[in-house]
Amino acid sequence: MLNIVTTENDTQNVLGLFGRLDTSTAADLQKTLMAQLELGKDVILDFKDLVYVSSAGLRVLLMGEKTAKSKDVSMKLKNVSEDIMEVFNMTGFASVLKFEEVAQ
Amino acid sequence: MYELFVEAKTENLDKVLDFVNEHIEHCPMKIQSQIGIVIDEIFANIAAYAYNPNAGSVTVRIKAEDDITIEFEDSGVPYNPLLNEDPDITLSAEEREIGGLGIFMVKNIMDSVEYRRDGSKNILTIKKQLS
Repeated sequence: MLNIVTTENDTQNVLGLFGRLDTSTAADLQKTLMAQLELGKDVILDFKDLVYVSSAGLRVLLMGEKTAKSKDVSMKLKNVSEDIMEVFNMTGFASVLKFEEVAQ
Repeated sequence: MYELFVEAKTENLDKVLDFVNEHIEHCPMKIQSQIGIVIDEIFANIAAYAYNPNAGSVTVRIKAEDDITIEFEDSGVPYNPLLNEDPDITLSAEEREIGGLGIFMVKNIMDSVEYRRDGSKNILTIKKQLS
């Protein structure tokens, strides 16, 4: 189960993700994310309410990062939990993805 | 040991997750998330490849006491996921291929992952200690 809540403004869209990014839900994010990157929007993925990411989710994030680069826009993640960060570190994705610095 | 018998199709992933989660509710959230990832990787893999293009079933067994033991049994084509080569996780986004990442994560998260072929069955047993 994954709910995606999009908040738009002129230059960037924030996609709030609620639930799990896994085999059953990765296609939903892929559709929304790609559509926005293709339009040339910067995208922030808010991971605050994301429980976990499986490799199907990593595949979409990688696709997003490659698309963002080719469209010269940015895709950044924010509010990434320690547990999900551990998955990014384990798989080498910590250095593939971009993260928004959150002011303390 | 509890057992769930389902058709091996991706649509049943939530059913398998619900079944497993029911038995690991007493575990820390972190462990529950990790087990969720592992179930996703293994079940999705069986659903996609074990019987393709035909249909078949999977039996999932779980014992969760001092440690968690989960077993996946299917009668599909012989497949030992442990023979996959680990992906190169140092590559940049452009060079990255996603193949093999799922089982790599399973091996990293769990304390042990064992495969055996028993007659016409694939049996994958994974364990995680709780402490």
